[in-house]
Amino acid sequence: MIAAIRSLVRYRALLESLVSRELKARYRGSVLGFVWSFVNPLLLLLTYTLVFTVILPNRQPDIQPFFLFLFCGILPWTWFQASLSESSGVLIASANLIKKVLFPAEVLPSVCVLANLAHFLLGLPILLLFLAWQGKLAWTAVLLPLPILVQLVLTLGLSLFLSALTVHFRDIQSILQHALHLWFFATPVIYSYAAIAEGTPLRQALRLNPMTHVIVTYQQMLFHGNVDHWRGLFLALVVGLVAFAAGAFLFDRLRDTLSEEV
Amino acid sequence: MTKHAIVAQGVSKRYRRYAHKNQLRTLKSALLTGSVLADLTPDETFTALEDVSFEVARGSTFAVIGENGSGKSTLLKLVAGITRPTLGSLVVDGRVSALIELGAGFHPEISGRENVAINAIMLGLTRKQLERSYDAIVDFAELRDFIDAPVKTYSSGMYMRLGFAVAIHVDPDVLLIDEVLAVGDEAFTRKCLDKISEFRRRGKTILFVTHSLGLVEKMCDDVLWLNQGKTRGRGEPKRVVDEYLTYVAGGEEALLRSRSLADAALVEAAPGSEAPADTGAAGAYRPGRWGSREVEIQKVRLVDARAAERHVFVPGETLTLALSVYAARPVSDFVFGIGLFAADGTCVYGTNTDLEDWSPRLLSGAAEVRLSLEGLRLVEGTYLVDLAVHKRDGTPYDYLRGLHSFRVKSRTKDVGFYRPEHRWSFSGGAELDPPKERGEMEIGG
Repeated sequence: MIAAIRSLVRYRALLESLVSRELKARYRGSVLGFVWSFVNPLLLLLTYTLVFTVILPNRQPDIQPFFLFLFCGILPWTWFQASLSESSGVLIASANLIKKVLFPAEVLPSVCVLANLAHFLLGLPILLLFLAWQGKLAWTAVLLPLPILVQLVLTLGLSLFLSALTVHFRDIQSILQHALHLWFFATPVIYSYAAIAEGTPLRQALRLNPMTHVIVTYQQMLFHGNVDHWRGLFLALVVGLVAFAAGAFLFDRLRDTLSEEV
Repeated sequence: MTKHAIVAQGVSKRYRRYAHKNQLRTLKSALLTGSVLADLTPDETFTALEDVSFEVARGSTFAVIGENGSGKSTLLKLVAGITRPTLGSLVVDGRVSALIELGAGFHPEISGRENVAINAIMLGLTRKQLERSYDAIVDFAELRDFIDAPVKTYSSGMYMRLGFAVAIHVDPDVLLIDEVLAVGDEAFTRKCLDKISEFRRRGKTILFVTHSLGLVEKMCDDVLWLNQGKTRGRGEPKRVVDEYLTYVAGGEEALLRSRSLADAALVEAAPGSEAPADTGAAGAYRPGRWGSREVEIQKVRLVDARAAERHVFVPGETLTLALSVYAARPVSDFVFGIGLFAADGTCVYGTNTDLEDWSPRLLSGAAEVRLSLEGLRLVEGTYLVDLAVHKRDGTPYDYLRGLHSFRVKSRTKDVGFYRPEHRWSFSGGAELDPPKERGEMEIGG
């Protein structure tokens, strides 16, 4: 794990330039260009707002205005989900690079995670603006780096794990789409964690999901303005570190096989 | 600093024969041993390289030659560190830059400028080094005017040039080159070769994989010849290249011989007796056999000066066409003729006994006709042979068109068909270094 971190630090110049290339290339050629980084989360928000205020109105008093509550969860979730689905295919997509250039392959899934982190950070000011407009912005927002860090560790670990495994098992790419869909509903993004009664099996199940604790922390810091979910966040950090260690180990084990199998 | 830049000891590389089969088993062995091969049976693997050992002295230029599929590129990937040997050890000392695929990793959507930056960092340059060599890279690639356009708008030549320019400016200690020079136009290839020569002068180590044997003899200090993954020859370039050429010629020999037989058999089965229209147009050349067969060409042999049957010759050798003919009834009106044609049907040379004023008297029973082409003055290529016995008015007894062929191999890549005996001389302000000593295989020219 230490070696994996060291390698990411060593290749930071490469990471940096690949992430900036990713950001530049993504919207190159489109009319709106970089504006898409802002428009994307807004459109996503609009869709969900339409669903949950018009079609299936949510009237739970502690999470109103609901669209804002949604926004607090969806933004980080999008980072998580896009990172995983992109990194699962990234090694196969970059086969040319892996086969023809001596290249630290672990950089590629990391670039997926970091580029999506950049999109997340670009969307964040919009969320903060909306919060300020609704008078919801609280001092707790300065604590945001904590859940971001926990999510980064967790996402990096899972990305390394998935990217190397997908090279051997292409099926993962298809399975992952559905798994992420399920995972989304198993995480309190479109509903409130607090509203699920303590002690129920559902609550127990949600507690086992590290993303639950990360998302709840975001919601508390941004929407509710009071944070008491520290234990949960710590738990998520532990899971994240384990995932990172496992991902780094697996990636290292499979490294030599990558150039032959992609 | 050690004496050798690259040391390979007993290197073998095996690949799995069937990709994406036995996924679970190979994944398990990959996890447990770091190799997908451990649990596969021998017939599920393919040996690309077997027990190859060599060392490359620091500052020398080393070539790897061999036919397609002999393991050259695998070897290069191993030296580059892209894959690891299955068995044996391979140590490379110093920074390596591999020109295996030029421009691998270029992103089509972003500009040449940005791609240069990313590619250079990918190949191991720091930002500072990049700033220093950026202008040199762009100038070398001759893309100053296009550098801000996305690379998807580049022609393939521009793409290659940019790729080469970046790779060569990484300033490696060991440069690996995989047949990449074949892509550019004449001028750019020249420039690349100059750059490589400059590398040699600066004492860098170069490992070449190439089919250009002329280049090997000109530039390399040491050659490794791979054949089906095994070392077949090793050492002084001229000797190894000669061995290799002889080996390749042997293979072609067998190929041409079997083709001659097959063609002859085909025509034998359905002898056309109609002579096609006159031979004038080059496009109309179609192999065949026709004639009354009152006189028959029974056997044709192409032999060298030592009377050994051959199908591959080098310029300057003596090629003898030996015909066994048989006249069932004696004839007194007969002409022997031959014609040489290039692969596209262009007549290179033709003559017959009548044109050269031989007067026929009698042909009866079995006879032998030989025509020796002394000091074969042809450039490299495949040549088809016409052989005929006919009357003086042209009525054929037996006409064999293009059923026999031979190949001329030459290390001089001069063009055309005919190579007159020639000599260069210079005086006054013209100063040239004479060419390196050429092999004795090539006498003419």
